[in-house]
Amino acid sequence: MSIKITGVGKRFGDFVALSDIDLDIPTGQLTALLGPSGGGKSTLLRIIAGLELSDTGTVEIEGTDATDLPAQKRNVGFVFQHYAAFRHMNVAANVGYGLKIRKRPKKEIAAKVQELLALVHLSQFADRLPSQLSGGQRQRMALARALAIEPKVLLLDEPFGALDAKVRKELRAWLRRLHDEVHVTTVFVTHDQEEALEVADQIVVINDGSIEQIGSPDELYDTPASEFVMSFLGPVTLLDGRLVRPHDIEVVAVPFPDSYAGRIVQSSRVGFEVRLEVALVDAPDAAPVLITLTRAEATAKRLEEGAQVWIKPVEGASQIAVPSGATISEVVPVSGLAG
Amino acid sequence: MADSLTTSAAPTRPARGKVVTVRSRSPFRWVLRLIVIAYLFFLVIWPVTLVAKATFSRGLAPVLDALQQPEVIFAFKLTLSVAFWAVVINTAFGIVVSLLLVRYTFPGRRALSAMIDVPLSVSPIVVGLALLLVYSGRTGWIGGALESAGLQVIYAPPGIIMATAFVSLPLVIRELVPVLTEIGTDAEQAARSLGASPLQAFLSITLPAIKWALLYGVVLSLARSLGEFGAVKIVSGGVAMRTQTATLLVEERYQQFGPENTITAYTAALILALIAVLALVVVTSLRPKENSQ
Repeated sequence: MSIKITGVGKRFGDFVALSDIDLDIPTGQLTALLGPSGGGKSTLLRIIAGLELSDTGTVEIEGTDATDLPAQKRNVGFVFQHYAAFRHMNVAANVGYGLKIRKRPKKEIAAKVQELLALVHLSQFADRLPSQLSGGQRQRMALARALAIEPKVLLLDEPFGALDAKVRKELRAWLRRLHDEVHVTTVFVTHDQEEALEVADQIVVINDGSIEQIGSPDELYDTPASEFVMSFLGPVTLLDGRLVRPHDIEVVAVPFPDSYAGRIVQSSRVGFEVRLEVALVDAPDAAPVLITLTRAEATAKRLEEGAQVWIKPVEGASQIAVPSGATISEVVPVSGLAG
Repeated sequence: MADSLTTSAAPTRPARGKVVTVRSRSPFRWVLRLIVIAYLFFLVIWPVTLVAKATFSRGLAPVLDALQQPEVIFAFKLTLSVAFWAVVINTAFGIVVSLLLVRYTFPGRRALSAMIDVPLSVSPIVVGLALLLVYSGRTGWIGGALESAGLQVIYAPPGIIMATAFVSLPLVIRELVPVLTEIGTDAEQAARSLGASPLQAFLSITLPAIKWALLYGVVLSLARSLGEFGAVKIVSGGVAMRTQTATLLVEERYQQFGPENTITAYTAALILALIAVLALVVVTSLRPKENSQ
């Protein structure tokens, strides 16, 4: 195990940021710490980096106890959400900073900087100041800077959070490819479940200062351990006391076995997707069931507003039972609905 | 001036509120300019010009004579050394206090922040009297003890330095605090994670980021220190060749009879003004480089 966290807890005044966290992060993998804002994931990352000290517990990095080691001695690369560029230094000096501090020979630094700038596709920007770069370029520079010291682990705190959606997607795919090239143990914090699902080998879902579930993206998506995990990883809807994903519900215009009768109260189209809201005949007062399907399917089945339909979760759909009588807003955090 | 200021500031500092540029269509703008120029003229430019005029009213010779008087040379040497030490003390203290105010929250932080402005609001005369009460050899609380230990504070350079440092104390801090707040701690933390010690991180990352603000604060402190009069007057005693600073010399000579003394007073005053203006001009002309970075 590359990073071993045992019993880590942290409070800020009365606020419990982390309570009794145990976590093993395997060597050479890309691990995502996923959770809502204020859930403690950034605090955990900063504790691993030594930028924050835990109140209790121990942190082990590559077999050595790092709990009381200051940040400068942990040999950990850290990338900040807002780049933390050294504004008065050009790109090459930024990247070479860690090596200069280590008093490496100038030639060696220059060679390493060049190699890293090529890796992050910034070779032609070596002499620019950070203020002359775009956000995405600055973050790639920060990544090269963190990699320059050949860190045992690379930690990224919402690395793409300050970038616009398109750049964020590009960088995400690029980070995945980069990791396949350099294989350094990487932990990144994100509140974007899509980012975690797309990039990570392993996802750790953190909420309210504790770990909700650890697993591969597929495991988490298919077999969520709790209502929270299920709703945080993607949209959910409530059908007969169970949480179901809206695209895991079959809709047919004629009755079929074990199905629920309902009426389409609203239909809206977003790109290739059609979102239906179906009010059940048996539970007219409950919030309508949300169903998503492709445009082609909706057209073929003539699913229009006001139509009578029969619905049922598909075979193998992930489902979680909720306490009877609970409404969707009681079991699902708001942030989960947005995703 | 107004045009160059708005156009150069707007693109580099988009975050700092919008710079509203009123195009020349408005006569209001000209009236405003006129008022500002007239105000500055009557309050600053004209009087200072008159000092220069009075200095050279009898030609260059008496001015050069004045500059060769041992009292004048001594007074300027004393003033420069006092200003130097006061600035050194305020710079070191200013950096530490600014970091404390920006980076840490502790009980009494707001009180401390307010206290730092006291020297700006309290009359320097009061400062002088207060120092006298504490450090005077005869009546002071700890002055007697210090004096018996061989350190005379009042009526000696240490007291003058203290009084000067006191009145110019907030200038460095007030320049540094907003810049430190703006740059945050991310870059310094990044440096720490890259292997820098706290001191290395401060010297290589934070100091370059605050250097212009620091320099500006230092120059303001220097200008203020050179010109301090009230507090110094009380604690120094103003004995020529011993504790008389340049400002005290100006006052003494001005009050004495004879054109020679008057010209000496004006000469010293002009030099004081020139040093301060020169320092500000140098820094202001250097400062725009900060924006382009």
